[in-house]
Amino acid sequence: MSDTQVEHAEQTGLAHQFEDLSQQHDADTFGIWIFLVTEIMFFGGVFAGYAILRWFYFAAFEGGSHLLDIRLGAFNTVVLLGSSLTMALAVRSAQIGSRRAQIIFLTWTLILGGVFLGIKAYEYHQKFVEHIVPSLDWAPEGEVLARLAPGGLNHAQLYFFFYFGMTGLHALHMIIGMGLLFWLLLRARRGDFTPAYFAPVEVVGLYWHFVDIVWIFLFPLLYLIGGRY
Amino acid sequence: MQGIPIRPDQASTIAQSVDHLYFFITAVTLFFSVLIFSIIFYFMIKYRRRSPDERPKAIEGSLPLEILWTAIPTLIVAVMFVWGSTLYFQNSVAPPGAMEIFVTGKQWMWKVEHPEGQREINELHVPLGRPVKLTMISEDVIHDFFIPAFRIKKDVLPGRYNSMWFEPNKLGTYHLFCAQYCGAFHAGMVGSVIVVEPDEYERWLLGGVQGETIEAAGERIFKESGCSTCHLPDGSGPAPSLTGVYGSTVHLTNGQTLTADDAYIRESIVSPAAKIVSGYKPVMPSFQGQLSEEQILDLVAYIRSIGLPQDNAKEKQQEEGKK
Amino acid sequence: MSTATLEPRVQSPRNYLNADYGWKSWLFTVDHKRIALLYMVSITFFFVIGGFFAFLMRLHLIEPQGALVQPETYNKLFTLHGVIMIFFFLIPSIPAVLGNFLVPLMIGARDLAFPKLNLLSWYIYIVGGLFTLYSAIAGGVDTGWTFYTPYSSTYSNTQVTAVAVGVFITGFSSILTGLNFIVTIHKMRAPGLTWYRLPLFLWSIYATSIIMILGTPVLAITIFLLALEHLFHVGIFSPQLGGDPLLFQHLFWFYSHPAVYIMILPAMGVISEIIACFSRKRIFGYKIVGFSSVAIAVLGFLVWGHHMFVTGQSVYAGLIFSFLSFLVAIPSAIKVFNWTSTLYKGSISYEAPMLYALGFIGLFTMGGLTGMFLASIATDVHLNGTYFVVAHFHYIMVGGAVMGYLGGLHFWWPKISGRKYPNGWAMLSAAIIFIGFNLTFFPQFVLGYLGMPRRYAFYPAEFQVLNVMSSAGASILGVGYLIPLIYFIWSMRYGPIAEANPWGATGLEWHTQSPPPTENFEHIPVVTEEAYAYSAEEEALRV
Repeated sequence: MSDTQVEHAEQTGLAHQFEDLSQQHDADTFGIWIFLVTEIMFFGGVFAGYAILRWFYFAAFEGGSHLLDIRLGAFNTVVLLGSSLTMALAVRSAQIGSRRAQIIFLTWTLILGGVFLGIKAYEYHQKFVEHIVPSLDWAPEGEVLARLAPGGLNHAQLYFFFYFGMTGLHALHMIIGMGLLFWLLLRARRGDFTPAYFAPVEVVGLYWHFVDIVWIFLFPLLYLIGGRY
Repeated sequence: MQGIPIRPDQASTIAQSVDHLYFFITAVTLFFSVLIFSIIFYFMIKYRRRSPDERPKAIEGSLPLEILWTAIPTLIVAVMFVWGSTLYFQNSVAPPGAMEIFVTGKQWMWKVEHPEGQREINELHVPLGRPVKLTMISEDVIHDFFIPAFRIKKDVLPGRYNSMWFEPNKLGTYHLFCAQYCGAFHAGMVGSVIVVEPDEYERWLLGGVQGETIEAAGERIFKESGCSTCHLPDGSGPAPSLTGVYGSTVHLTNGQTLTADDAYIRESIVSPAAKIVSGYKPVMPSFQGQLSEEQILDLVAYIRSIGLPQDNAKEKQQEEGKK
Repeated sequence: MSTATLEPRVQSPRNYLNADYGWKSWLFTVDHKRIALLYMVSITFFFVIGGFFAFLMRLHLIEPQGALVQPETYNKLFTLHGVIMIFFFLIPSIPAVLGNFLVPLMIGARDLAFPKLNLLSWYIYIVGGLFTLYSAIAGGVDTGWTFYTPYSSTYSNTQVTAVAVGVFITGFSSILTGLNFIVTIHKMRAPGLTWYRLPLFLWSIYATSIIMILGTPVLAITIFLLALEHLFHVGIFSPQLGGDPLLFQHLFWFYSHPAVYIMILPAMGVISEIIACFSRKRIFGYKIVGFSSVAIAVLGFLVWGHHMFVTGQSVYAGLIFSFLSFLVAIPSAIKVFNWTSTLYKGSISYEAPMLYALGFIGLFTMGGLTGMFLASIATDVHLNGTYFVVAHFHYIMVGGAVMGYLGGLHFWWPKISGRKYPNGWAMLSAAIIFIGFNLTFFPQFVLGYLGMPRRYAFYPAEFQVLNVMSSAGASILGVGYLIPLIYFIWSMRYGPIAEANPWGATGLEWHTQSPPPTENFEHIPVVTEEAYAYSAEEEALRV
C-alpha cells in the first residue's frame, strides 16, 4: 500500500483485507455472532450434563439449591441486566459520536461488572465457610448437613460441582469481558470510535449481552430449584 | 502352523442369521466396489487425453440419473436397516425361562456366578441348547463381554446392570474377550466359554465345591448386613417389606411410580436417598463400598426369590421341572 | 513434465515467499499463505510423530505375545497415536493448510476476514501441541483417544490432565479457523462470484466450518469437565461418586462423530477440484454435490449413538441412530457417482494429483461401504470393539482423508511453492501408498470379523498371520509417505519453475502468478463464468 493509503487506513481503521468500512463492519459483526453460537454450544454441553444429573438426583440438587442465597443471586441478576443497559448505551454513544457518553457508559458497565464479581466472590467465600466446596473443602455439618443429607451427600457434592463449574466459567467470561471493556475504554478516551467506525464497541457489546444471557439461565437453574424454604 | 481362518465358529442360534446379514452386506460392498473400480478403469482408458487441445463438451448433470442413484442406494440401505434392526430387536429380549447367570467384571478378570452357586473365573460353562441370560456389572471401569462365536457382546458398566442372552447350539470351547479398553491388561482379560451337553453341565455343577445357591447367599447377606432389622416381612419396621416387591409397582414420595427391577434394587442399596418409597422416611444408609457387586447380585437374586407366597411356590415348581 | 535439472538462479518476481525474510516475518505474519505454510510444517511434524508411534505398534504386533514393548507402553502408543493423528494432523490438515492458502485466492479476496485471528489459531494449535507433547514425554497417556470414563477420570494415573489441556486448547484453533472461513466466504467474495459459482472445494470447506464451530465447543466442555474430574475427583462421570459414565460418551461422541466429517469433507472438496481439472470437465451434478456436503454436515450431528450400540442404551434410541447412520451414507454415495460420471466423455490425464484422487474414490468407497456393517446394529454387535472398526476408519481417514490431502498438495504445490516436483516419483509413491495401505488395513477387516478386539497389546496365536501381513503393509506405506517428503523439499530449491497455471485449470487461484504476491491479485478479479468453465465455448468467452 502507498503511504497515503496507509495513512488513510489508520485514520479510518480500515484493515487491508477489506474493500471498505461497511464490508469490514459487516464481517466483524457477523464474526462475533458466529463466535457467540460457539459459546452457546460450549455452555450448552454443561447445561445438558446439569439437566440430566438434576433429573436423576432431584432431591439432592434441591437441597443444594436451598443453600444458595437467593437475594444475592437476584440482586446480581439486576446488576448484570443494568450493565447490559449501560453497554447498549455505550454502543449507542459511539454510534452518535459522543466521546463523553461513551466513556461514562463504558465505565458504568465496568463498575456494575465489578459489583457482580464482588458479590460472587463473597458467595464463594460463604461456601468455604460452610465447608461445601467439592473436593477442596467438603465437610458439611450442622444445619447445612441436615439439608443435604436426605438427597445423598455424594449427589449434593455433584450439585455444587455444577454450581462452581458453571458460575466459575461464567465469571471467567465476565473477567475477559471486563478486560475487553477496559481496552475499549482506553480507545474511547483516545477518540478512536466515530459514527463511521465503532465495530469494536458493538462486537464487545454483543459479547457482553451474551454473558448476561447465560446468567439469566444460570440464576433460575441453580438458585430457584423447587419451592423455597 | 495354522492357516488363515476366514470366519469364526457359529456356535449360537443367532450366529448364522448374523452371518447371513454380514454376507449380504459384504456382497453389496463387493458389488459396488467392483462396479466403481471397473467403471473408473474403463473411463480412464477410453477417455484418456489424446491431444493437449482436447476440450470435452460440458455436461451439467442428469436429474433422472441423480434420482436413480439416490433411490437405489436408499433402497439397499433400507433393506439392511430393516434386516439388521429386526435381528437386533429379536435378539434383545431373552426368551422366558432363560437360565440366569451373573457376571462381574473387574480389572482384569471375569467372575461368573451360576444360580446354583457355582463360581468360575475367566470361564463360563453353559449347557447346549438352553437359553442363557447374563446379567453383568463391573466393579471398576467399563469392560465388554464378547463371545465372537456367539456373535454377541455387551458393555459391562460400573453402577448399572446390563444383560444379554444367547443359546449355544454347538459343543466346544470358544474365546471370551474383553472388548472395551479397560487399562493395562485389557488384552489379558480373556477366557473361555465352554459349551457342554446338558447332563455333563449338571455333573459339572455338582462336582465343584458344594456352595450355597445365589439366593441362599443373598439371604445370608441380607441378615448379616442388617437389612432384616428394618425390612421386616410384615412391613411393621421403618422400612417397606420386600416380600413380593420384585416386579411390583412402587410409589415414591415425589409422586413418581416405577417397576421394581434389578436396577432399582441395586440403586436402593447403594443410593437409597435417590428414591424414597411413599410413606417412608429417608433413613436407610448407603451400602456402597461395603458390599461388593457380587454380594449385591446375590441380594438381588434373594429379593427376587421372595415374591408373593404363591409366586414362590410356582417358581419352585418351575425349577424342579427344568431339572 | 520436464525432468529435474539444476535451474540457473533466476531472479524471481516479488511474491509472498520472498516479500520479506527473517523469522519475525514468519512468526508474526498475518498473510494467510504464510500461515498455511506454518501449519504445513507443524502438521507434518506431528504426522511423523504419530506415524512413528503407529510404526512401533505394528512392529510390536508381529508377535502374538508382543514383540517390542510392555502392555502399558503399548496402551500409551495407541492413545497418543490417536490423539496426535486426529487432533494435530487430520483435523487441521486440509482446512488449515490448503484451506488457509486457497480460500482467499479462490474467492478473489486479499486475505481472510480476520488475519490476526488466523495467526492466533496457529499459535493456539502450537500451544495445544506442546501440552500434548509434554504429556507424551512426561510418561504418556493410556486411556485411548476416546478417554472413556471412569477409567480416564478415576483409574488411570497417566498424564490425563496434560493431554486434556492440550486437546482443549487446540479445539479453539479449529473453532477460530472455522469462524474465519464462514465469515470470509459469506462476506468477501469477488464481484460476480455467486454461491453457485463457487468451486466445490469451498462448499466443502464451508460445510466443514459449520461442523467445526458447532461441534468443537461441545468437545471443549466435555474435556474440561473430564479434566476437572480427574483433578478433583468429583464425579459427574463416575458411578462411584454418583455420576454416569455414559453421559461422558454421549457428550464426547456428539462432537467426535461430526469430527470425522471435518476430516473427510475437505478431502472430498479437493477431489472435486482435481477430477474436474484432470478430466477437463465440470463436475457432474455440481449443485447436488455441493448440497451433499451440507447434508453430510447436518446429518453428521444426528448419528453419534452408533458408537454406543452395545452400551445398553435403549433399543429404540439404537434403532433411530442406526436409521440415521444409513441415511448419512447416501450423500457420500451420490458424490462418488457424480465424480465417476465426471470422467465420462472427459479428457483424462494421469498426473500424480489424479492418481491420488482416483485412489481416494476407490478407497473411500470401500471404507464408506464397510460403515454399513457398523450402522446395522445386528452386525455391529459382533464387530464393535474389534479390528473391523479400526480397518473401517483407517480406510476413510487414511485411504480417504490423507490421500485427499496428498492429492491436494500435489495439485496446488506449483501455486504454493512456485516449483514443480518430479511427476514420475510422485506417481510411483502414489502407487506405493495405495498398495501399502491396502495390505496394511484389509487384513484387519478379516481380523475383526474373526473376533480380534482392538487395543490389544497381545493376542491369541491364531491371529498372527493376518497381523504380520498388516505390519508388512505398514512398512510399505511408511516408505510411500517418505518419498513425497523428500521430493517436495528437494523441489523448493531444485524443482523447475512453475508458471501461473501449469495444469490449465479453472479457478481464480490459477489466474495469479505462482507463487502469488502477498496481496494475492494485482486487481480484484470480476467473475463472469460458472465454476469449472472447461468447455471450448466457455474458453472462447474467456478472452
